[in-house]
Amino acid sequence: MFDVIAEGDGPLFMDPDADKAREYFHDKDRAMVSKIMTVSEAVGKFIHDGDYLAIGGFGANRIPTAVCHEILRQRKKNLIFAGHTSTHDFQILAAGEAFNRLDIAYIIGLEARGLSPASRRYMESGKVEVCEWTNYAMACRLKAAAMGVSFIPARNILGTDTFKHSAAKVVKCPFTGEKYVLYPALWPDVSAIHVHEADVYGNARLRGISIADLELARASKRLIITTERLIRNEQIRQEPTSTGIPFYLVDAVCEVPFGSYPGNMPYEYFSDEDHLRLWLKVERDPEEFKSFMDKYIYGTTDFSHYLEQCGGCDRINQLRAVENLIDAYEEV
Amino acid sequence: MTEHNTMEMMICAAARNLEDGKAVAVGTGAPCAASMLSQKTHSPNLVIIFEAGGVAPLLPTMPISVGDSRTFHKAVMASGMCDVMETIQRGMVDYCFLGGAQIDKYGNLNSTVIGDWHNPKVRFPGSGGANDFGSLAWQIMVITPQDARRFVENVDFITTPGYLDGPGSREEAGLPANSGPHKVITNMAVMGYDPETKRMRVESVHKGHTFEEVQENTGFTLLKAPEVIETPEPTEEELEVLREEVDPNRYIIGR
Repeated sequence: MFDVIAEGDGPLFMDPDADKAREYFHDKDRAMVSKIMTVSEAVGKFIHDGDYLAIGGFGANRIPTAVCHEILRQRKKNLIFAGHTSTHDFQILAAGEAFNRLDIAYIIGLEARGLSPASRRYMESGKVEVCEWTNYAMACRLKAAAMGVSFIPARNILGTDTFKHSAAKVVKCPFTGEKYVLYPALWPDVSAIHVHEADVYGNARLRGISIADLELARASKRLIITTERLIRNEQIRQEPTSTGIPFYLVDAVCEVPFGSYPGNMPYEYFSDEDHLRLWLKVERDPEEFKSFMDKYIYGTTDFSHYLEQCGGCDRINQLRAVENLIDAYEEV
Repeated sequence: MTEHNTMEMMICAAARNLEDGKAVAVGTGAPCAASMLSQKTHSPNLVIIFEAGGVAPLLPTMPISVGDSRTFHKAVMASGMCDVMETIQRGMVDYCFLGGAQIDKYGNLNSTVIGDWHNPKVRFPGSGGANDFGSLAWQIMVITPQDARRFVENVDFITTPGYLDGPGSREEAGLPANSGPHKVITNMAVMGYDPETKRMRVESVHKGHTFEEVQENTGFTLLKAPEVIETPEPTEEELEVLREEVDPNRYIIGR
């Protein structure tokens, strides 16, 4: 048994018990059947009020934007959210006040683009209960869950206030006597990941960096895949090396072309910096932001409708050129 | 000497600290420009790594996000966060670049809150990958404006560890031995850390500035290196590479 030397005072929102997770996965159906459905159906069926939700990708890169929008349209509430490498996804969910508990690694900001005023107002409102982590800490928690164990050791976070307000613990290594931080496994109730290609069963390929999505897919109790395009199962079987996420992890497959917009999708289209700037600008005025949200999210029927509002195929073609470094890429 | 602005000065000063054959974990902005400049001048074998998984890219332009397509353009590997962080944890990454709202005399960084954590006056993004880099890389570099509101006696929140409470405290906390803050590069000076006390000290002052001015813009008492020199100005070659190859659109150097 380890001796716990120190522990953070942050709330642990999810039970790290590995046997309980095994019981869940024991009962998860392994049949290779079509899981094709609309985003609206997937969100309605698999995301429930009060669930722990995680979003794949990296903020405004390879994110399942359509799922984030639909969570708002369906007025999901009281979620616990993994604020892990989150930027635009966080901005959307905070705008809808969809979560009231939050594991924080990175929130509010859109990296070099600046901070989101509306997200900041929500975080400073006192409505959200928080626990502090780091990007690697959250990735470790997902990795532990993916491994099927209840914790994982690491050497970061020690000695800081980030640790003090986390739910991690410090122990001595039983082999060397060195201090290690232990991170509790995190099994999200539901996650959504956007990929390049998937078959109807959920066998999925993502290209470029995987961020923490391979771990996230394996840690999640329920998983919604949105995909740029559907491919045939034969294609998956011809090139199994490319499969990052196997079908038995997946609950829903939704074909959403340009589904990471206004985020970047590697090898497909670059981020729409004009549109992301527009978000940051209108957020300064709560009234203007409300009209903006009504126009772009609550007033749109689905993601295709939103894309049309944002310039449709013409805009996507411009972003394709930017992604592929064609012409003057400085014009984003 | 060619005219140059403050940002160009900071980027060049940072770039000179990156040795050939080493690895650096970077974010976007000035650190990325410094790493690219270093690669294109004296450190062609500098390995650039991004936290989201980009390993040794040939950056075609400045990334906007540490996870965007540019961060793995013509890279040797498009990996993931655990792999990158674990490469740092294994001791294979020499430098990282960090920023923050506040820094103290031991190089501790705050990017979480201003005021009380339970009831913050201002909420910032939090650690992101900063704590991971600052805990696990060998040497931490910071590029930031010299400002008494940033350089404070005590940070409101230690997001990322510097030397914590001073000598030995990183090791005592359990962080990897012999790692920690290395340089702080500002618009006025380059600072390092006293090897005995682990306190921040001025090592060189940029042309047109004085030690006294640096001290006035710092909220704690700065130490002085045994010899405080004038920071060497950017060379013609550095400026040419920086302006024509690294940041031709002046995204960073135009700020």
